[in-house]
Amino acid sequence: MTAQIVPGGQRRLKNRVTLRMTISNSLTMAYRNLLLIRRTPQQLFDVTIQPILFTLMFVFLFGGAISGSVSGYLPIIIPGILAQTALTASMATGVQLREDMDKGVFYRFKSMPIARIAPLTGPLLADIVRYAIATSLTFVMGYLLGFRWASLDGAVVGGVLVVFCSWCISWIFALLGATLKTSQTVQGISASILFPLGFLSGAFVPTSTLPWWLQDFVNVNPLTYIVSATRQLFNQGTIGNDFWLSLIVSIVVVVIFAPLTLRAYLRKT
Amino acid sequence: MMVQQSEIQDKNSSMEESTLAVEAHGLVKVFGDNRAVDGVNLSIPSGCIYALLGPNGAGKTTIINMLNTLLKPDGGNAKVFGHDVVREAQVVRQLISLTGQSAAVDERLSASENLRIFAMLLGLSRSDASKRATELLDEFGLADAANRTLDKYSGGMRRKLDLASSLIVQAPLIFLDEPTTGLDPRTRMQMWESIRRLVSSGSTILLTTQYLDEADQLADRIALIDHGRVVAEGTPRELKAAIGRATLHLQLADEKDAAEAIRVTQNVLNVKASTPERTLVTAPMADPDRLTDLLVSLREAKIHLATVSVQEPTLDEVFLALTGDGKQTEKGATTP
Repeated sequence: MTAQIVPGGQRRLKNRVTLRMTISNSLTMAYRNLLLIRRTPQQLFDVTIQPILFTLMFVFLFGGAISGSVSGYLPIIIPGILAQTALTASMATGVQLREDMDKGVFYRFKSMPIARIAPLTGPLLADIVRYAIATSLTFVMGYLLGFRWASLDGAVVGGVLVVFCSWCISWIFALLGATLKTSQTVQGISASILFPLGFLSGAFVPTSTLPWWLQDFVNVNPLTYIVSATRQLFNQGTIGNDFWLSLIVSIVVVVIFAPLTLRAYLRKT
Repeated sequence: MMVQQSEIQDKNSSMEESTLAVEAHGLVKVFGDNRAVDGVNLSIPSGCIYALLGPNGAGKTTIINMLNTLLKPDGGNAKVFGHDVVREAQVVRQLISLTGQSAAVDERLSASENLRIFAMLLGLSRSDASKRATELLDEFGLADAANRTLDKYSGGMRRKLDLASSLIVQAPLIFLDEPTTGLDPRTRMQMWESIRRLVSSGSTILLTTQYLDEADQLADRIALIDHGRVVAEGTPRELKAAIGRATLHLQLADEKDAAEAIRVTQNVLNVKASTPERTLVTAPMADPDRLTDLLVSLREAKIHLATVSVQEPTLDEVFLALTGDGKQTEKGATTP
């Protein structure tokens, strides 16, 4: 006779998930996604090629036209590319999530006694690795081309700010991933959000050259704050209003979009 | 089988109602216009193997998915070991495990990575998770393929890993959704063995199947599901008795005789006869002694037969017998 398990009727169980369990489940899920990245390193293509390509392209294409010289453009463009590539990397979160959610393994996650949000927070946490790669590579490229930061502290804080804000904004794309039917639609809609957001910001050109109506849009674009805050950190080594505005906007995005994403995800079966 | 049944019944009588593994009242699930599950009642005693038997699309998986908290019922309620599946979903999830039709494992990871992640999610430490993964891989004969990614696995191996994943911590209630569909006979027998072992160590099994013989061999009780309803419920013996041990097939020489042949058959055998095809009359054969009487009566009625044969019950006939030519009647539900 095999050992007997405790009968179901005699178990005392709680209907709540503790914060500790949520964190531990999320970390396990993040570990799962890191394993997946290791299995298919092609996933890292966008965060490795794009920073290298974009930096070279923009610096030599626009450097002379916008700032008169490559070295004069570097302080403007490096923070811009940093924010742009991290944001593009966060777009992949939604596409990935959409593809993942259709897999059978998500049925198991849903029927397991784990924190409901862990299958979402896990991949998003793992994506921090992707933003970190994109950010570091842009730094390296900038350095090779002659970009120098005002202080190391400022550069590190700026890099962390970009990674944090990208993580927060990735919840918007996660919601698209949890709501839309196919990964192609997620890709398409994400890109059409991302392009105006990326280019109609202070990321690539000084905003003073723009017509007034476009300036109005650029000035409310959250990416403009992030880019300005990063620029200030890199070039002056100081924290300004834009830094706090970026943080507030990013946190507001998480507070709004994380619950919506969780709801959309739980609805889908 | 008979010994097992009497054991189950003894256990039932000594048990309180709260120890029912599953108790469902009037479960309903609607997808658009389709009432996929239409008022299902179930009461499943703990410690037994319970089978939901029915054709594709009958609503078996939808029933299971409401009981395992994946789907919210649109009507009715269900309890697992006394805990409501909607209000106490997180408790229910701690009492169940699920092996689905589509193997719920990650194809891009290896078998041992899959098991380790599920184990860590269930609260095992990193080292305990690795240990448990190795044990399960040995037990299911997957040790050699432990580090291969699952896209290189056969269907049967995936199914085994799926079951292994459900057994990291043995749950009191285990759902098996068509556990043997698409498996070769040998793997199927191994699966049956695993299922019996789980029950002997205290779990309750709720499985779905399309195969009558599987339900017959394995289950202590069966609920026949059709069009989202329970059309009959009982032990395999009771169900077979209800439809007759075998079915009589009368192939008519002339299809015009069909109506008369049905009338005569019903009169003589005192059972419900039906015509699944135009020249074929079938009837459950509860009492073989009356066959001679029937043949005589048919000859007196000048009904000519092409062939006469007796067949063991098939799932189709069970359903025809119980639902009456596919029409939905609330007939035939047997009570134990």
